[in-house]
Amino acid sequence: MKSKFLLPLLVFIGLVGFLAIGLNRDPRYIPSPLVNKPAPEFSIAQLAEPDKSFSPSSMQGQVWVLNVWASWCTACREEHPSLLKLAASATAPLIGLDYKDARADALAVLKKEGNPYLLSAFDLSGRVGINYGVYGVPETYVIDKKGVIRFKHIGPMNPELLEKTIYPLIAELKKS
Amino acid sequence: MSRLLAIIVLACSLGIAQSKEAELLAQDPIVVEQRLTVISEEMRCLVCQNESLAGSRADLALDLRREIRDLIRQGKTDAEIRTFMVERYGDFILYRPPVRTTTWLLWLGPFILLAFAVFALFRFFRLRNRQQKQVAATNIDVERLSALLKEPKK
Repeated sequence: MKSKFLLPLLVFIGLVGFLAIGLNRDPRYIPSPLVNKPAPEFSIAQLAEPDKSFSPSSMQGQVWVLNVWASWCTACREEHPSLLKLAASATAPLIGLDYKDARADALAVLKKEGNPYLLSAFDLSGRVGINYGVYGVPETYVIDKKGVIRFKHIGPMNPELLEKTIYPLIAELKKS
Repeated sequence: MSRLLAIIVLACSLGIAQSKEAELLAQDPIVVEQRLTVISEEMRCLVCQNESLAGSRADLALDLRREIRDLIRQGKTDAEIRTFMVERYGDFILYRPPVRTTTWLLWLGPFILLAFAVFALFRFFRLRNRQQKQVAATNIDVERLSALLKEPKK
């Protein structure tokens, strides 16, 4: 007789447990299938010098960071100080991918807030973004010496992430 | 033997004819749009997750539809286009997730629940049958008793 009342209670607790886990997860976080895969190759014009091009293969042999940004993206302004910090630490070269932007606007932002990037590639059509599975700017990739994506972060970079994840990862990848 | 050869040749030429037609169809704007709709309705827009790629007006959805259109014109099959998107955005972009070790609970879960429900239902019926038999027995007892009571005293 007692179990008759206990069973619905247990089912209810189980249900609440599932809901609690489900509601506390970030629906915007989508695991990327590109992690541990070679970074897609491209060759597009640079932001500051349109007659020069950039392609990931030129970074072969070094650990580097690719940051997708745009002048119209407000969250990018938020992460800007962290990127400047990363650039100043000189742990790894930081390359920007200016995603679906107007050249003048992008250059104005870099002039006003400082340029953390070694250079930025200018992805006007967003095609390179699609090949990298970009769906929410800003996004940051850490790419190893062999050109394999080892880490992807979606959303603004922050000092904690830099210290706890990015720096140790770069240090480890540099060793191999 | 020659007949077999003829069949093979015919079958091959049929295949060529079909692929030629597929190529032509891939250029027809109406066919392209129809295929685009079929493919993109089965895909999730990643920016506004409650909309399909076909119905979304988000910038990214626009770009992805353009990409799918280009792939169709290049003569790619639906499966190839789906793989293209999954390689970039993961299984999440598909409304129908593929059956994998990580998704088997998702696919089999409802059937497991159904099995539980059927089991519970049978148990309930068995229990009820048993109770009814007992009731029936007591009814006979009552009749016998009343019959005994009605018997005239000797």
